[in-house]
Amino acid sequence: MPNTPYSIRRFAIIFSICWTVLIGDHILVMHWFGLPWDAAIIDGMVSNVLLFLASLLVMNTLRYYLPRGEQYVNIFFLCLLLAVLWLLITKWILKIWIGPIHTGYTDMLYHSMPIRFGIGFLLLGCMTMISILWYNQQEQKENENRKADAEKLSKEAELFKLRQQLQPHFLFNSLNSINALIGSRPEEARKMVQQLSDFLRGTLKKEETQWVTLQEELQYLQLYLDIEKVRFGNRLATHIQCHEATQPLKLPALLLQPIVENAIKFGLYDTTGETLIHISTLIEDQHLVIKVVNPFDPETSSPKQGTGFGLKSVQRRLYLLFARTDLLSTEAKGNNFTTIVKIPQTV
Amino acid sequence: MKVVIIDDEPLARSIVREYLQKHPQIEIMQECNDGFEGLKAIQQHQPDLIFLDIQMPKINGFEMLELIEQPPAVIFATAFDEFAIKAFEAHAIDYLLKPFNQERFDKAINKFTEQKTVTAEKATRELLETASQSPSQNNRIVVKNGSKIKIIPVHEVQYLEAADDYVKVHTGEGYFLKNKTMNHFEQTLDGQQFVRSHRSYIVNVQQITRIDPYEKDNHVAILRSGIKVPVSRTGYVRLREVLGL
Repeated sequence: MPNTPYSIRRFAIIFSICWTVLIGDHILVMHWFGLPWDAAIIDGMVSNVLLFLASLLVMNTLRYYLPRGEQYVNIFFLCLLLAVLWLLITKWILKIWIGPIHTGYTDMLYHSMPIRFGIGFLLLGCMTMISILWYNQQEQKENENRKADAEKLSKEAELFKLRQQLQPHFLFNSLNSINALIGSRPEEARKMVQQLSDFLRGTLKKEETQWVTLQEELQYLQLYLDIEKVRFGNRLATHIQCHEATQPLKLPALLLQPIVENAIKFGLYDTTGETLIHISTLIEDQHLVIKVVNPFDPETSSPKQGTGFGLKSVQRRLYLLFARTDLLSTEAKGNNFTTIVKIPQTV
Repeated sequence: MKVVIIDDEPLARSIVREYLQKHPQIEIMQECNDGFEGLKAIQQHQPDLIFLDIQMPKINGFEMLELIEQPPAVIFATAFDEFAIKAFEAHAIDYLLKPFNQERFDKAINKFTEQKTVTAEKATRELLETASQSPSQNNRIVVKNGSKIKIIPVHEVQYLEAADDYVKVHTGEGYFLKNKTMNHFEQTLDGQQFVRSHRSYIVNVQQITRIDPYEKDNHVAILRSGIKVPVSRTGYVRLREVLGL
C-alpha cells in the first residue's frame, strides 16, 4: 500500500498523464484511418475510459490480493477475461453511439476488433505487472519496517533488563546500611538517603541510549562511590584521574558505573585488605579511553572467571550501540586487574 | 549463649549488634570481616550460633561453612533475593533479608532457641549440600591444608580420586583432601569439563593428551603432566561422548 500521501499524489499524476497521452494517441490514430474528428474523439474517450476503469479494478484487486506462486495464472485469466469484457462493452456502446451517425463505422469497428483486443490486453497486463511490483515492494518495505521496529523494541527491552539486573543487591545492602545508621548516626543516615535517592533518580531518568558528557557521568559515579564508601568503610578507597580534555567528551549514560561496580566487587571480594580503585581517562585515536584498575589475588582467581555479570552486560550494551565487540578489554598484571573501555567519538 | 557475627560491611554488623541488645542472654564473642577471620573465630570460641553474610571477600559464607568440622547453627543475613535464598530455607535456622527490622530479627532468634534441641549440625550439613549446587560455587574448590585455606580454581584441577570418606583433589601442586563424595563432585562440577572416567576417578578432560587401551576392556587417560588415570568401560563411553569422538 502506498505509504505517504506524496507518493500517492505523484503516482496519480503520472498515471493521468499516461492515460491522457493514450487517449490522444487513440484519437489521432482513429482520425488517421479516416474517422472524422467527432467520431474519433468519442471512440477514443469511450474505449480508454472503460479500459481505465478495468485497470483500476485490477489494481484494487491486487491491493488486497497479491498473487503467490501458481496464483499468477489466475491473474493472467483475470486480465484476459477483463480484456474480453471491455472489448464487448466498448463495441456495444460505440455501435449504438457512433453507428447511426457515420456510415461505415460499424464495419471499421468490426475489423479493428483484434487490434483493440491486443492493445487492451497488453495495457491491462502492463498495469497488472506494475501493480504487482509496486505492491510487492510496499509489502517488503512494510516488513522491513516491522522488523526494524521489533528489533528496536527487543533491544530496548534487553537494555532495560540489563540495567535492572544490576540494581537490587546494591539497593538492599545500602538500605541495610541506612537502617544501621538511623540508630547510631541519624545525620549520616539522612545524608545517605539523599545520595541514594539522587543515584536512583539518575538511573531512572536517564535513557540507556542517551549520551552524556564524561563530566556528568563522573559526577554520577561519585554518588555511587560515596554510598559504597559508607557501606564498606575504610576498606574502599578511590582515586579518579580525569584528563581535562576528556571531560566534555561523550559516552552512553550509565556505562561507567557497572564497570566500576564490577571492579569494586572484584577488588573487595578478592582481597581482604584495603581496596584502591583507580580510574583514569584519556583520548586515543578519536576514542575516549577509560581505565579502571582494581587489585586482585592472582593465586585464587583467574581473571577470566572473575569478570562476572557486570562486564558481560557492558559488553552487550556496547555491541548493541556500536556493533563492535572490541571496545571492552581486560588485562591482569601482577596484583592489578585493569578494565579498559573505549568509546568511539564521532567527529 | 555465644554468637559470632561475620559480615564484610561494618554497618551490617552494627545493626545485628544493636538488635542483639534486646537479648541479654546472648553474648557476642567476635565480629569478623571475612570468612578467614570467621573460621578462626569459630574454632576459637565454639559459638552456638553465627550470623553469616553470603557474599564476602575471598571465600563466601557457604565455602567458609564447608571448612568447619562441626558447623554451628547459622542465621543468614543477606541481600540475596528471596528466590536465590529459597533453596536454603529448609536447612538454615533462618535467613534475614537485608534490611530487616528488630521484630523479624527477634523471630529468628526465637526460632533458634526453640530448635536448639534439634541438631544444628545436621541442618547445616544439609544446607551446604544444597548450597554447593548453586552454579556460582562451581568454579572453584575451597580446601583446608593444615591451618591454611586453599582456593583451587577448577581449571587447575587435574583429576579427583576417591579416598575412603574423602576425595583427593589433584592439582599441579599435589593433592588436597576434601570432605565430600565422588557423587557430589560428579553432580556439581561442569559435566563438559569433568568426566567420571572410573568409579574412583573424575578427570578434567582439558588435561587429557591421550587415551590408550589398557589390558582387555579398559583404557587409560594420559594427562599433560604424564599421570595416568584409569578409564573403565562405561567411563570410556562417557569420555568419547564429551570429547565428541
